[in-house]
Amino acid sequence: MGIQWNYPEFEVVRNDSRCIRCQVCARQCANEVHRYEAEIDAMISDESRCVNCQRCVSLCPTRALKIVKSDCRLRENANWNQDAIREIYKQAESGGVLLSSMGNPKPYPVYWDKILMNASQVTNPSIDPLREPMETRVSLGKKPSKVERDENGRLKCELSPQIQLSMPVMFSAMSYGSISYNAHLSLARAASELGVCWNTGEGGLHQDFYQYGAHTIVQVASGRFGVHKQYLEAGAAVEIKMGQGAKPGIGGHLPGAKVGPDVSRTRMIPEGSDAISPAPHHDIYSIEDLRQLVYSLKEATAYQKPVIVKVAAVHNIAAIASGIARSGADIIAIDGFRGGTGAAPTRIRDSVGIPIELALAAVDRRLRDEGIRNNVSLVVGGSVRSSADVVKAIALGADACYIATAAVLALGCHLCRTCQSGKCNWGIATQRPDLVKRLNPDIGSQRLINLMTAWNHEIKELMGGMGINSIEALRGNRLMLRGIGLNEKELQILGISHAGE
Amino acid sequence: MNPSEQRAPREGEVRIPSGCAIAAVISKSGERMSGEGIIKAMRPMRERSNGLGGGFAGYGIYPEYRDFFALHIFYDSDAVRTECETYLRSALEIVRSETIPTRKLPAITDEPLIRRYFVTPLRSVLASMQVDENEFVARVVMRINTRFDGAYVFSSGKNMGVFKAVGYPEDVGEFYRLEEYGAYSWTAHGRYPTNTPGWWGGAHPFALLDRTVVHNGEISSYDANRRFIEMFGYRCTLQTDTEVITYIADYLIRKQGLTLTETASVIAAPFWSTIARKPESERRELEYLRAVFPSLLITGPFSIILGFTGGLMALNDRLKLRSMVTGEKGDRVYIASEEAAIRAMEPDAENIYAPTGGEAVIVKVREGAF
Ligand code: SF4
Ligand code: SF4
Repeated sequence: MGIQWNYPEFEVVRNDSRCIRCQVCARQCANEVHRYEAEIDAMISDESRCVNCQRCVSLCPTRALKIVKSDCRLRENANWNQDAIREIYKQAESGGVLLSSMGNPKPYPVYWDKILMNASQVTNPSIDPLREPMETRVSLGKKPSKVERDENGRLKCELSPQIQLSMPVMFSAMSYGSISYNAHLSLARAASELGVCWNTGEGGLHQDFYQYGAHTIVQVASGRFGVHKQYLEAGAAVEIKMGQGAKPGIGGHLPGAKVGPDVSRTRMIPEGSDAISPAPHHDIYSIEDLRQLVYSLKEATAYQKPVIVKVAAVHNIAAIASGIARSGADIIAIDGFRGGTGAAPTRIRDSVGIPIELALAAVDRRLRDEGIRNNVSLVVGGSVRSSADVVKAIALGADACYIATAAVLALGCHLCRTCQSGKCNWGIATQRPDLVKRLNPDIGSQRLINLMTAWNHEIKELMGGMGINSIEALRGNRLMLRGIGLNEKELQILGISHAGE
Repeated sequence: MNPSEQRAPREGEVRIPSGCAIAAVISKSGERMSGEGIIKAMRPMRERSNGLGGGFAGYGIYPEYRDFFALHIFYDSDAVRTECETYLRSALEIVRSETIPTRKLPAITDEPLIRRYFVTPLRSVLASMQVDENEFVARVVMRINTRFDGAYVFSSGKNMGVFKAVGYPEDVGEFYRLEEYGAYSWTAHGRYPTNTPGWWGGAHPFALLDRTVVHNGEISSYDANRRFIEMFGYRCTLQTDTEVITYIADYLIRKQGLTLTETASVIAAPFWSTIARKPESERRELEYLRAVFPSLLITGPFSIILGFTGGLMALNDRLKLRSMVTGEKGDRVYIASEEAAIRAMEPDAENIYAPTGGEAVIVKVREGAF
C-alpha cells in the first residue's frame, strides 16, 4: 500500500462485548465498511470507506456501534485548517474538481438565528389556536392591481391561475435520478394529502406519479429532461429553473450510472448516458428571452398554470427579481446559498451566492418600492429548517417557503453529504434497487405528513402569540421581528429593528 | 441633530399602542345636531381615555362652503405657517382663511396655531397633472404632512371637519366650541396611549379627504398593512393603526371602487370556513376579495367607526376582541364602545345591539337629505 495521505475522517467504535456478530451492519452498509471475518469470529471495519451516514448505528440491534470523529489530527493551524489541507491532498492526487452534496456546511451567519419574534402582552390579546380559528392557507400567483366589474356592477371574480396551499410550505425540487422512486412517491403522496405541492425537479415526472399532478410542480430546466406537453399539463404549476442556491451559475450532471431504464424513460434520454444540464438555458441569455419562455410555457398550458421562475440568491438579486416580476412570471422562487444539492462543486457550493434571509428582505423591499409586489408571489428556500424559520421568512415578506433538506431528513437522511456517490444507505439519493427499497413510501409519506402537521401547529402557535389569526396578516409584517447581535447594515437590509428598540 | 434627541419622541417617531373609547351618532333624515350630545357621550367613558388625546369629526358643518375642501392645519410656528401658506397658494385657490375659534380652558394647554382654509384646486394645475380634485388634494395633504416640519393637515374633506387635541375628549369638545356647529353625523374618540406623545396631530379621528376613522384597539397586522398600502403613494408618518386604517379605506373605496360591504369583507374578512358555507356567488366574491387583498386583512382587536359624506360604518375585528354596541331612537342611530355612552346621548335609546365580529353596520343619511 502506498502513502495514505488522508487519515480516515471517522472511527468506527464497536463495543465487542455487545456485538452478537449478527452482521446487520455489514449487510446494511453500501460503502462496505463492515465485514465478518469467520476465522477469528470478528467484525472488522474499514474506516476509510465510512461516510458517517449512521445507518449501521441506527440498525445495530445491541447498540454496539458508534461513529466518532477521528482524533488523529494534523498539527493545528488556524489558517491552514484540516479541511483545507485534506482537500489539497485530494486534488494533488486526483487532479479533479472537488465534489460535495447537501447544503453549505461552513460557519457563515445564519440570520434566522439572529432574528427574534414578538408576542402580545397587555395592549392586545394573544389568540389561542386551540380555541379560535387560525388560518394558514395561502394562494400563490399574480394578484390584479385593479378590481373589475361587469355591466351589472358585480365583481368579476376571475383571477390569474393560482396555487392553493393549506400551509405556506412546499417540498422543493429534487429530480428523479438524483433521488429515488420511493423518495418521489413519498413526497408526492404527502403533498397530496397535506394540500401542498411537491416539485419534480429537472428530471421529468415518472408515469406512475401523474395521478398526483394537482399537487405537483413540474420543472423545466436547462437540460429540458422529460419535458413534453402532457408533462406540462399534468402539474399545478410550471417552474423554470434558472439557478439553484447550492450552485449558482452552473448546470447539473447526473452520471450515467444513475440513468437506469426508468430514469431513462422519464428523462427521455438513452439508458446509461450522462444527463448534463447546461449552465445557462441556451435560449435565455437575457431578461426578454426569459419572458419568451414564460409565455411559451403559458401558451403550451393554455394560460391555466402559474409559471414560477426559480433563481439562486446572488448579489444583484433585487434587480433580477424585479426583472422577473415584469417578465410575466406569476411566482418567483429564490434559493439561498445554504440550499441543498445532490452534487455540486465544493468551491461553488461553499463560496458563491448570498444568504436567503438577506436576499428575501432585499427583494421584498425592492418589489414594494417599485409597486409591483402584487405582480408575483415570493417563495424562498435554502435553507428553512423549522417552523420558526418559516414564520420569520413570512414576516420578512415571503408568501411561502420551499423545503428539501428538512423533507429528506424526515425520510431518513442523516446528512452525510455524499449523495453524489449514489450509495445512499437510506434509499434516498440512490438508484440501486436494493437501497431504494429501504425507503418504505408508506412510512416515508407518513413521516413527511407528521413533520408538516407539527410545523403547522407551531406556526399557528407562534401567530397566535403575536395576536395574528391569519397568515396574510403576518406576511411582510416586519414589526414582529427584532434582530439580535446584528450590525446597523444588516438590520437595514433586513428592514427590522434591533431587540430592545 | 436628530430632532428626536431635542425633544420627547413625537407620534410617528415611535409606535404607540393605545386603548380607547369611541362613539358616534347620525341622523338618517339629515337633521343637524349640535356637538353637545356627542360630548356628553364621552363623559361616562372617561376611564377609557387618559387625557392624552381626544377628538371629533362632524359632517355637514360647513353648508355655506359645501363645494370647497376644508383644510384644518396645526402649525408649530408662524414661520412654518408662512412657508406652508405660500405652498398652498401655489396649488389651490383659497376662498377663506381663518383661525379656528377656540375657548381657553385650563385643561387644554400648549395649543399650536390652528387654522382653517376653504380651498379648491387651481383648474390649471389639475389639468396639467391629469388627476381628479380628490387625488390632487390628497397629494397636497401627503406633501404637507411629510415635507413641512411643524405643519400638519388634520382634516381635508368637503363640508366636514375634524377637531382634536391633547386632553380628555369632553374638554376637547368644549375647547373647540362644538356646540356652535351643526352636523348630521358626529364621531368621537378618547385615547389611552401607553406613553406620552403630547402632540396634537397624534390625537384622533384620523382623516383623509372626507373619510375619518376613530378606532379602539391595537392591530397585530399593522406592518403588513402599512408596507402594502405604502406601495400606492400613502405615507404612514404617524405609525398609528388609525392612520393606516384610514388609508386602507381610502384605497379600497376611492381608488378600487369597492362598496362599503366589500371593504368590510376585505379588512375583517370572514374565515375561510365561513366562506365555504356561503352560497356560490357570494362565496366566489368573498374568496376573490381575500385572494386579491390579502395584505389588507386587519387582525388583532379593533372596533372602528368610519365616517364619510352621508354616512357611517361601524366594524369590529372578526373575533370581536373589542366592545362595541349600537342603538336607535327615531331617525338617530348611535354607536359606542359602551351602552352608557349611548344612554348619555339618548336615555331612551332602543334596540341596543352588539354587532358580531366582522359584521359591518352601515348607516346612511336618506338620499338628498344632506
Ligand atoms: S450490527 Fe451491531 S451487533 Fe450486529 S454485527 Fe454489526 S456491530 Fe455487531
Ligand atoms: S440523502 Fe443519503 S447520501 Fe445524501 S446526505 Fe442524506 S443520507 Fe447521505
